[in-house]
Amino acid sequence: MIALVDYGMGNIRSVRNALVAAGAEVLVTATPEGLKEAGGIIVPGVGAFSDGMANLHRTGFIGALQEQVLAAKKPYLGICLGMQFLAEKSLEGGTWQGLNFLKGTVERLAPVDKEKFKIPHMGWNKVELTRPCPLFEGVGENPVFYFVHSYHFAAHRDDVTGICRHGQPVVAAVWKENLFGVQFHPEKSQGLGLKVLENFCRLAEGGHG
Amino acid sequence: MVKKRLIPSLLVRNGRIIQSVNFRHTNVIGNAFTAVDFFNTWAVDEIIILDISPNRDFKEKFLEIVAGLSERCFVPLTVGGWIQSKEDIRKALVSGGDKVCINSEACKRPEFVTEASETFGSQCIVISVDVRGTSPETYQVYSEHAKTATGLHPTEWAREVEKRGAGEIYLTSVDHDGSRKGYDLQLVRGVAEAVTIPVIAFGGVGHWEHMVEGITKGKAEAVSAANIFHFTEHSTKKAKEFLIAAGIDMRETYFYKVNQPRKITYEVNYRV
Repeated sequence: MIALVDYGMGNIRSVRNALVAAGAEVLVTATPEGLKEAGGIIVPGVGAFSDGMANLHRTGFIGALQEQVLAAKKPYLGICLGMQFLAEKSLEGGTWQGLNFLKGTVERLAPVDKEKFKIPHMGWNKVELTRPCPLFEGVGENPVFYFVHSYHFAAHRDDVTGICRHGQPVVAAVWKENLFGVQFHPEKSQGLGLKVLENFCRLAEGGHG
Repeated sequence: MVKKRLIPSLLVRNGRIIQSVNFRHTNVIGNAFTAVDFFNTWAVDEIIILDISPNRDFKEKFLEIVAGLSERCFVPLTVGGWIQSKEDIRKALVSGGDKVCINSEACKRPEFVTEASETFGSQCIVISVDVRGTSPETYQVYSEHAKTATGLHPTEWAREVEKRGAGEIYLTSVDHDGSRKGYDLQLVRGVAEAVTIPVIAFGGVGHWEHMVEGITKGKAEAVSAANIFHFTEHSTKKAKEFLIAAGIDMRETYFYKVNQPRKITYEVNYRV
């Protein structure tokens, strides 16, 4: 069973529907207790980093994520903002502490040619997979996914598994042990996005890590 | 570099997808779900669904359809028609939309574009611009289902909504709607060159080549059509293949067998 964390932000309905279509059994949970029974945890998110972290604190999810993801090593998939939470900190509208599960900082996109490459980076873009990752099994060499974001997680080089180009290299996916993060929206990326979610669900069922 | 996009537009009146010719509604096509399952199977990049009912009375029914679609639609979904307040936007998003499409209310109250983009973000706000006329001298923006002249010129209006925070422009030539003679390329190009935000061209596609022209000659970022998709088998797949073969940088088809139970199975453990 996959626990989908509802901390009051983000397109929970879309993610839930996509998970169901990918064959998952889903528990949408607004309380940390919901993480206990889960085989895997998904944190979606749309919105500002500081609001998101504040909501995770307020709803008591921070401690639960440390327990279930850092200590118990349950597979975690962060989508968009949910990926950025993994960082040490974010520079979105100030400096904000992240979950600090992975090294690196969330930074504003700064394409060289600002006329040609707009912010937010919105639309379908090709992802170059930089190393094999179980999340991307069966999606081909250069899958195309749907992005909407103005900031990205400048993660440690060793943790990056995919980048895309938007006037600069943009971190599209990270992976370290049981921690997965994708900057794009698999729930809006049609077949290949559903494949990514299916892969994550398989990892979660297999008691990975 | 983001890909160019293929976007079917679904026009819904009283819960039925319909066909439109010069904004007069002709044939009833049928059930919205069938159409979307069909588009999902083949690689469309987004879906725009518009409530073109004659009044707000069908809004609830329409949002039910939107909610149903969002259970089956795994591409971005833009919801439009009768968006007149921030509350209307919120309802459209809660029902499963990713973006909203605003037309008449923006013409009536341009500051609504500013309010909407400040509250929901530019990426969420698509401004629909309906244009009558056949040359730059005669072009004029119309609102209220293309019935009311606004006195606005499309390029000026496009620049203004961009300045007010619109994320995209959905541009329709009313005179080309349903004509099958292709987009009004002069109009599309004029607007696309006036702004830096993406322009979605709509109205008049009678052949896939028209979509290629919309991008190469009209400089549109995305091409949309409605009627043509309803009468051609595997139509969106064929359109996509045609566009890619013509050298347009688009996402290719990837087939995924969706596990789509009749009744969605999930649990919600909300603290109330």
